[in-house]
Amino acid sequence: MIRAARIGIDVGGTNTDAVVVRERSVLASHKTPTTGDVTSGVVTAVRGVLSSSGVPVTAVGGVMIGTTHFTNAVLERKHLSPVGVIRVALPSAAALPPFTDWPDDLQKIVGGNSFMVRGGYKYDGEVADDLDEAAVVECVRKFKRAGLRSVAISGLFSPIHDAMERRVQNIVEQELPDARVTVSSTIGRIGLLDRENAAILNASLAALSTKVVASLKEAFTGLGIDAPMFISQNDGTLMSDSFVAKYPVLTFASGPTNSMRGAGFLSGLDDGIVVDIGGTTTDIGVLTQGFPRESYMASNLGGVLTNFRMPDLLVLGLGGGSLVAQCDDGMRIGPESVGFELIDRAMVFGGQTLTATDLAVAAGYADIGDASLVRKLPKKTVSEGVACMHRIVEEGIDRMKTSAAPSPVVLVGGGSVLIDHALEGVSEVVLPEHAGVANAVGATIAKVSGEVDRVFSYERIGRDASLKVAKEAAVERALAAGAAAGSVEVLEVEELPVAYVPGGAVRVRVKAAGDIGDVSSEGHMT
Amino acid sequence: MKLHIEDLTHLATGSAFLGAGGGGDPYIGRLLASSAIKEFGPPELVRAEDVDDNARVLTIAMLGAPTVMLEKAASGDDIEQVIRSLEDKLGEKADYLMSIEIGGINSMVPVMAAARLGVPMIDADGMGRAFPELQMVTFNAFGVSATPLVMADDHGISIVVDAPNAKSAEDVVRSASVPLGCSAAISCYPMRGCQVKETAVLGTISLAREIGEIIAHGRAQGAPVQKLASYLRTTPYYSECFVLFDGKVVDVKRELKGGFSIGSVLLASLDGDGHEMEVVFQNEFLVARLDGSTRAIVPDLVCLVDRETAEPVPADAVRYGQRLKVLGVSAPPVMRSPESLSIFGPQAFGMEESFVPLEELAEKGA
Repeated sequence: MIRAARIGIDVGGTNTDAVVVRERSVLASHKTPTTGDVTSGVVTAVRGVLSSSGVPVTAVGGVMIGTTHFTNAVLERKHLSPVGVIRVALPSAAALPPFTDWPDDLQKIVGGNSFMVRGGYKYDGEVADDLDEAAVVECVRKFKRAGLRSVAISGLFSPIHDAMERRVQNIVEQELPDARVTVSSTIGRIGLLDRENAAILNASLAALSTKVVASLKEAFTGLGIDAPMFISQNDGTLMSDSFVAKYPVLTFASGPTNSMRGAGFLSGLDDGIVVDIGGTTTDIGVLTQGFPRESYMASNLGGVLTNFRMPDLLVLGLGGGSLVAQCDDGMRIGPESVGFELIDRAMVFGGQTLTATDLAVAAGYADIGDASLVRKLPKKTVSEGVACMHRIVEEGIDRMKTSAAPSPVVLVGGGSVLIDHALEGVSEVVLPEHAGVANAVGATIAKVSGEVDRVFSYERIGRDASLKVAKEAAVERALAAGAAAGSVEVLEVEELPVAYVPGGAVRVRVKAAGDIGDVSSEGHMT
Repeated sequence: MKLHIEDLTHLATGSAFLGAGGGGDPYIGRLLASSAIKEFGPPELVRAEDVDDNARVLTIAMLGAPTVMLEKAASGDDIEQVIRSLEDKLGEKADYLMSIEIGGINSMVPVMAAARLGVPMIDADGMGRAFPELQMVTFNAFGVSATPLVMADDHGISIVVDAPNAKSAEDVVRSASVPLGCSAAISCYPMRGCQVKETAVLGTISLAREIGEIIAHGRAQGAPVQKLASYLRTTPYYSECFVLFDGKVVDVKRELKGGFSIGSVLLASLDGDGHEMEVVFQNEFLVARLDGSTRAIVPDLVCLVDRETAEPVPADAVRYGQRLKVLGVSAPPVMRSPESLSIFGPQAFGMEESFVPLEELAEKGA
């Protein structure tokens, strides 16, 4: 039997959505409240969507999940394990030990056992100092005595050469066979502290992720679904279940990424701007070849700076519930919002507060609540308000564009009703069906990726040879993450000259992605 | 007066502004300084006027690639080593430490060093902004020798340089920074108190901190760019301050030449009146031209800030679509003297134009 159907699931803070997708069509969707244990909400959503789509479990070829569970664990300081940290960099960076600049409450839970040992590389991968193996063994024995089972390893310039981090990993695994070990070079980029922070957070989540993944797998087996499970990561690609158990931190920010990817899929556009208008805010992002453009800024998670691959999002204070006010210099809409109280406080629902939704209804292009309740609004207020909302979105779109040429825009989210007419600088506005579950849809279409970020000396080994090495490494990583051999393509190559240094040093980032293992026939990947 | 951890955020913002697009991200520098203050206590910040003429003053800075500094930061020992070695070479202890440039990471390194060593730092620097090379400082313009200098990495490698002039010293340390891992601590321009008073740009640490504070307050109360400009007009050096342009980035060109990030930013005016401003950079912003005519040129400061938040935008972070205001700010008088202009005037950056103070350019343009 052909297992052509895929189940996409989005576990959000409030709702868990599930969709069934076959080829390019969404067969059914189901929304249910998110539960504390994650799994029971997922089970409810999957049951619901399977029954309304009529798709038998035997036809399901893959389950793809996007979840905010691990992000929330960090934000709420829940289910985190204490982490033993070994940094291989001395004498470098000694002035900034691990946990520098962490919030005190989080450091109290996670920190307390960090050590710096001699070793590390230079910017070009040459050895800066030999690894002090005896010191590493000493650290691990201390971890053992402290009862730690989560370990994070960071090393100077490890994204350029990871051998010392790997050696430390071996030693840890010998001494502490049941430890969960995170190696910084596998999840971060240049920038020792940020990369180390990400590794520590990851190690701290490892026990939770092992538990969550096991419980989800058990739940799917219970539902009779015998297909591989994937989890979305922040760059819009997928990881296999065994991979996410090791790298839960890579799920951070996968929500907005899935939403953008879903919008691209539903609209059929690979390149363009996605405008996701919710109750309080509008998120604007850019799709390039079906993937969100990434931010260069350091991302802050629960007070900890990391250098994660996050989608480059512009967040504006405009949503369906935004308050409308007259000011000296014209009309102001947002950033204050009635939020989830829209159905009590907006005028179209009989409330007393003038919101952005009321303007769209009064102008006659949105059909929400009771239009007669806003009929008495002054025409000038309505027309100025509508112009103002469009201008806010237009300016946001323009800020995110990479060139002056008009670009297509996909509108998603419950607040998309605020936009009526053509937008300036936009070639077309697309309002796809199923936009409300774009997140879950986005999860089903993702590919499996690998990424490399290293500094090369173009003067020494040349540009061509450098790019070749980087591309091969990225493809290898995609395969390791579960991509089907032969399907992996290089998606992005970026070259950033390193300033203030002679020698033609260039930082090269390459991203490659491929299809997930064979889900159309057997449903198992190797 | 003591410099406390709470001062560092403002100092970081202010020095990013005065960095005029260059100088590196002050983030790592801020962490280094705040960790040092946590461990060793807040350092004393002293006005140059209060320094004895005979006092021994050493500068301290990091030299190399900001990208590399993101990875290896500083060990602390490297900072101590350069100071101690230069003290040995000179045969006397440092009474004071001082910053060589106020822009970016190097406004913070002296704070870290002063805290660690328990030596007070002088409220001054050698540029009143950021520049890419060692010879581009007022100390050099007014005859202070760059050497003897000591540069050291965090592995105990250190080099002592004596050179006939600052440019030769720059050439040597720039090449030597590569085997030192592209980032090293340096102490150069050893001085006496009287030389600081005669040649340095005074009061710049306090000024940078205040600039950061004004921006933060402006954000809380509204109109931060306006408040920043009004504040600058009350300062002793940055008093000629013009909002040269309010526009949107429509094009960015960037390439790498000899270790420098070189390029230009094109902005179009927001009200669609067709005016354009081009800003040329070489690590730092060098010149701003309105519809082809120069409105500010190095060493006067060309600073790009977010038009809503006044957040300084470094040259390597400028991107299409950003809404920016371009501020032209007068360089301190000592930076505009003939001696200074011969070292870091427009010709030093390969431009044929001569320096004209931006207030004169404004009069001509009006």
